[in-house]
Amino acid sequence: MAAPLSLEHLTAHYGTTKVLDDLSLDVGAGELVSLLGASGCGKTTTLRLTAGFLAPTAGAIRLGDTDLTRLPAHRRNIGLVFQNYALFPHLSVLDNVAFGLKQRGMGSAERTRKADDMLQRVGLADLAERLPGELSGGQRQRVALARALVIEPQLLMFDEPLSNLDAKLRVDMRVEIRQLQRANGTTSVFVTHDQEEAFSISDRVAIMDAGRIRQFDTPEVLYQRPSNAFVARFVGFENLIPLTSATRQGSIVHAKGDGGISVVLDQEQLGAVPDRFTLATRPDGLRVSPDADAEGIPSTLGLRTYLGRAYHYQAETPAGHLVAAGPLSRPLDIGATARLVPELEQCCILPAEEAP
Amino acid sequence: MTGRLHPGLIAFAVLVYIFLMGPLIIVIGSSLSDTTFLTFPPQGLSLRWFERIFEMAAFRRTMVTSFQVATLATCFALIIGIPAAYALNRYRVQLPGWLSTLFVLPILVPEIVLGFSLLRSVQVGAGLPVFSTLLIGHTLLVLPYCVRVISASLASFDFSIEEAAISLGSPPWKTFFTVVLPNVRSGVIAAFILAFITSINDVSVALFLTGPGISTLPIQILAHVEQFFDPVIASVSVLLMFLTVAVMAVVERTLGLTFLTK
Repeated sequence: MAAPLSLEHLTAHYGTTKVLDDLSLDVGAGELVSLLGASGCGKTTTLRLTAGFLAPTAGAIRLGDTDLTRLPAHRRNIGLVFQNYALFPHLSVLDNVAFGLKQRGMGSAERTRKADDMLQRVGLADLAERLPGELSGGQRQRVALARALVIEPQLLMFDEPLSNLDAKLRVDMRVEIRQLQRANGTTSVFVTHDQEEAFSISDRVAIMDAGRIRQFDTPEVLYQRPSNAFVARFVGFENLIPLTSATRQGSIVHAKGDGGISVVLDQEQLGAVPDRFTLATRPDGLRVSPDADAEGIPSTLGLRTYLGRAYHYQAETPAGHLVAAGPLSRPLDIGATARLVPELEQCCILPAEEAP
Repeated sequence: MTGRLHPGLIAFAVLVYIFLMGPLIIVIGSSLSDTTFLTFPPQGLSLRWFERIFEMAAFRRTMVTSFQVATLATCFALIIGIPAAYALNRYRVQLPGWLSTLFVLPILVPEIVLGFSLLRSVQVGAGLPVFSTLLIGHTLLVLPYCVRVISASLASFDFSIEEAAISLGSPPWKTFFTVVLPNVRSGVIAAFILAFITSINDVSVALFLTGPGISTLPIQILAHVEQFFDPVIASVSVLLMFLTVAVMAVVERTLGLTFLTK
C-alpha cells in the first residue's frame, strides 16, 4: 500500500507572487516527513498542491507509479487531516468515517463494518451515532484521522492537525498519530510550524523558508548539524560568528575574526573548516570566561538571566550581540569584560554567510 | 434563572402579541360573518363567504395563477440564487466587494418602478406573453431575498469540509449536493418561504404586468374591493393565509425529510 512521494521542481504562484520556488522533495514509502516553517513559507501550499487543490506552474508530483500532477483532487487517493477537523456537521461520526468508502462504491454493510473497525482503533466505537458537534476537540481529531485512514490512502497528509488542541492533548495525539501511521505504514506528510512537534514525530523534517526547502534531514542531524544560517537560527543556534582561518596545524585551526576575536578549533570534532566560515553555537555552547586574556571572543557582559542550570548573559562583542552561558558558582555583573569561549562539541561550522 | 418577570414586561409582551395577532383575528372573524357587509365582531356564523369564493371564477382563476407564479418564480430564483450565493461566499476573497451588493440592488429599486420598466421593456418591447413577464418580474423581485438569506447561512459554512469530501473521492459537482446543500438547508427553506410569501402578496409589480385574462389574486382582490364591500374579501385573505401556511409546511417537511434520509 505504501508508495513513495516525489515532488519534482515544483513552482507555484498566487497571482503574480511566487510562493514555491523550484521545490523538490522525496518521501520514502512508509516514511513520515514534516514540512516545518513559519506561516507563509510555502508548507501549506506544498500540501495543497499535492492534494490537488492548487495547480503548480511548473514541476511534477508523483506518488508511487502515478503522476498526480494533472489528476483531479478527488481521484488522488490521499487522506487529509485538517487543522479545523473539517468533519461533515450533518453526518454522524460513523457516516463521516464511511463517507470515503461510499464514494468508492462500497456496499452499505461492508462500509459500516469497516468504519466501525476504524472507530474501534481510534477508541471512538461508543460515539458512532453522535454528530460531530457533540464531540470534544480531541475526539473530533480522532474522527478526522479515522476518516482519512479508512480509505487506505497511498498518502496521508496532515495540515497543522494539532494546533487547535490544548498542550497536553497535543502531545498525546501526536504519539497516537505516530503509532497509527507506523502500524499502517502509510507514507505521510505532516505540516506544522511547531518545531518540537515536527522533530518528535518525524522520520525526516524539511525546514522551509520563502518557498524553498532550506534543509531536509533527520531531526538529529537538523538539531546538531544545521547546514546553513537559516536552519541554525531556526533550531536555536543563536550565536553566529563570522571567522577566517589564520593558521592550520594538523587538525587544529586558529581562526580570527573582527576586533581581536581568536578561537582554536579542532577539525576532528567539527569536520573540515574552510577558509571563510561562520561558527554557530547555542547559548550553552558559548562559555563565559572571566579571564580577559584567554583565547576567545572579547565581550562586555549585559543582562544576566537565571535558567536553573546556568546563567545566560547578553554580551556585546565585535561579532555583534551574542548570548553566552556561565556557571552558577561565579555570577558576573553587568558591564564586566570577559572572554566567550566556544565549546567545540556544541558548535557547528556553516558556510560563510552572504550579506543579508 | 427563575427570577420573577416584571409585570410591565408581561403587559408589554401581551400588547405586542395583540398588535401582531389582532389583524389576523379581525380578518378571520369577519370572514365568518353571516352579514353581506364586512363587520367585526362577526354577526352570526357562516361559511357562506368561503363557498362564494368558489362560485366566483375570477377568484378561482387568479388564485391558481398566483400559486403558479409564486412557486415557479421562487424555484427560478433559487436555481439562480443558490449558485450565486455559493460563488459569492466561496470566492469572497477573489471577487470584488461590489458584486454581492449588485445582487441586492433590486430591493433598492421601488417595486412599482420594476413593474413599470418590465411592462415597457419586456411585455410591450419584447412582446412576451403576460404570464412569462409576470414570472420574470417576480423572479427578479424575490431573487435578492434568496441570495441574501442563503448567503447568510453560507457565511458560517466551513468550505474546508468541501475539500475534505473531495479528498475522500467525491467529485466537486457531487460534493455540492452531498455536503454543501445539506448544510445550508435551513437557509434554502427560509429563502423559499420568504420568496414565496413576497411573490404571493405582491401588488406593485403585478399591477403593471397582469393583463387581459391573466391576473393574480391580490390584483383581483383590489379590483373586487373597488366595487363591493362584502366579506368575501376576508374569506379570500383567510384562504390565502392557510394555503401559504400549507405550502410552507410541505416545503419544510419535504426539504427536511429528503436531506435527513440521505
